[in-house]
Amino acid sequence: MEKDIRQGRIWVLLDKDGKIIEDIDTDQIYHNAHLHITDIAEMAQFALGNLEGWTDFPKKCQGGDIVIGGRNFGAGSSRQQAVDCFIALKVNALLAPSFSAIYFRNAVNSGFPVLGVCDLESLIAGKKFATGDVIRFDVKTGQAENLSRGIPLKIEPMSSVQYEIFKAGDLFKYGKTLT
Amino acid sequence: MGQTIIEKIIQLHSKDEAVSGRIVWMDLDIRSARDFGGPNVVKHYEREYGDSPLADKSKTFFTFDLCAPASSLKYADNQQACRDFARRHGIEVFDVDRGIGSHVLIEEGLARPGSTIVGTDSHMNVLGAVGCFGQGMGDVDIAFAFKTGTTWFEVPESVKVVLIGKPSAATDAKDLTLFLGKELGTKNIALRSAEFYGETVKDLGLAGRITLCSMITEMAGIIGFIPEYGAELAGEMKRFSGRAFSPASADKDALYADSLKLDVTGLPPQVAVPPSPNSVKSLAEVRGIRIDSGFIGSCTNGRTEDFARAAEILRIRKVKKSVMLKIVPATRRVYEELLKRGILETLFESGAIVVNPGCGGCAEGHVGLTGKGETQISTGNRNFPGKQGKGRTYLASPAVVAASCVAGEIAGPEDL
Repeated sequence: MEKDIRQGRIWVLLDKDGKIIEDIDTDQIYHNAHLHITDIAEMAQFALGNLEGWTDFPKKCQGGDIVIGGRNFGAGSSRQQAVDCFIALKVNALLAPSFSAIYFRNAVNSGFPVLGVCDLESLIAGKKFATGDVIRFDVKTGQAENLSRGIPLKIEPMSSVQYEIFKAGDLFKYGKTLT
Repeated sequence: MGQTIIEKIIQLHSKDEAVSGRIVWMDLDIRSARDFGGPNVVKHYEREYGDSPLADKSKTFFTFDLCAPASSLKYADNQQACRDFARRHGIEVFDVDRGIGSHVLIEEGLARPGSTIVGTDSHMNVLGAVGCFGQGMGDVDIAFAFKTGTTWFEVPESVKVVLIGKPSAATDAKDLTLFLGKELGTKNIALRSAEFYGETVKDLGLAGRITLCSMITEMAGIIGFIPEYGAELAGEMKRFSGRAFSPASADKDALYADSLKLDVTGLPPQVAVPPSPNSVKSLAEVRGIRIDSGFIGSCTNGRTEDFARAAEILRIRKVKKSVMLKIVPATRRVYEELLKRGILETLFESGAIVVNPGCGGCAEGHVGLTGKGETQISTGNRNFPGKQGKGRTYLASPAVVAASCVAGEIAGPEDL
């Protein structure tokens, strides 16, 4: 399926020392001061608004970009807005070595592609993976490549339920196919 | 093959085989939403399902605890949107007077051992304290659960954590919990269920169990259980539910992904330093750091026992003039107990600010935010950068927070 193939420019969430930021929590992704907002379009402006070095991300990000974070991405609260703010920015996908359980579910249920990426630290250390590169991957097979450098990447493909929800569009649409 | 606790609970709620690693459909005994997430649940529900009925209104609740009562027009609107939806569908609302939703579910006898409960609160797994599989979920999940009464879930692997030895007499459940965070970090029990064993945890009452289980989220775990318990806990739980307390225990041949032993012999009081709840030092290492404010409350340390411990320290002492001490009972029931036992009076006399029940400073909307340059010591569960404002937050037990507020710097009761 065409929808399965994702391609875009990447943003690698590094700290000021050039290290991938781990344990990014939902208050750094979408601060609790904006939780009263229920309109997804309004959430875009607050994405990564409390993550040091990345508070201007909504201005820099373009539709179709891919965000890469460190392990345990999305720790903390259950707020859906921390996923919705990326959807509002038309981010193409989110990759990290691992996600917090609730964050992962929230993304899956919204039909937003979140996938595990392997060997991230060595790729960054080996300068094989940097902000601005264009990567392409298949959510179903995990086949992936850094097109800018012609280097293959390892991505964990979606699980069956994640893929079914993704194909349907979101949990609600998937749920209606079951009854 | 034997089953772990989480496998047993999920199996009771699923037609699928509940083996770790499998994705199953699981029936939910209770689904709830609060003032964060709740308005989005209503919005999703009405867009997707119109005015069609819920799966079961008697199993569906709203619990308002974050902005209670609403201190901004937006939250007033959001809460009212939930109340209107609740009225149309005949759902019970535990409103802004009641306090923290997860705690109210325990007190109401709704969170029972072996049951499954979801809500828009990432600390819903605090219900592991009573042997219930509680899980925080986002608004899409909860709207779906309102309509269907079910959810998909990957049965987590389990880790057995055995605590050996006896901590020092100066510690309580929070010190033990912070120590676990330090040792387990966000890796050892990530995406897993943890079962805690050993005399130290067996002896914990409900308040202590709540403290420990509430911070499984900060360790990236799914839920924590303390399978062994004493008569006191059983009695307290029976008072809430009117039923005998009989939580699930794991089979002897249950399969664990990992098994850890931690020695807590002589453990001294612990303090989490910014910017992470798992960045933990002993009190001795941080003693003397000047503080501007203190906070006692939250779903981690908002029970009567927590305030009683603080009151022991504050009974004959005053909060230092330069320090704000904020007191937020978890629930109205706790508030009532504090009132009747004279604890509120003690705290008031000491100079503390006592406010109505709720979540406190874990989010903007209630009490406990910090300004730039401010240093706070809190019994809460998170001190991520910027979460409670621009200040720095240290996490500690009620005793250490109370003592620090007297001293004006991080201190334990023995330092006063």
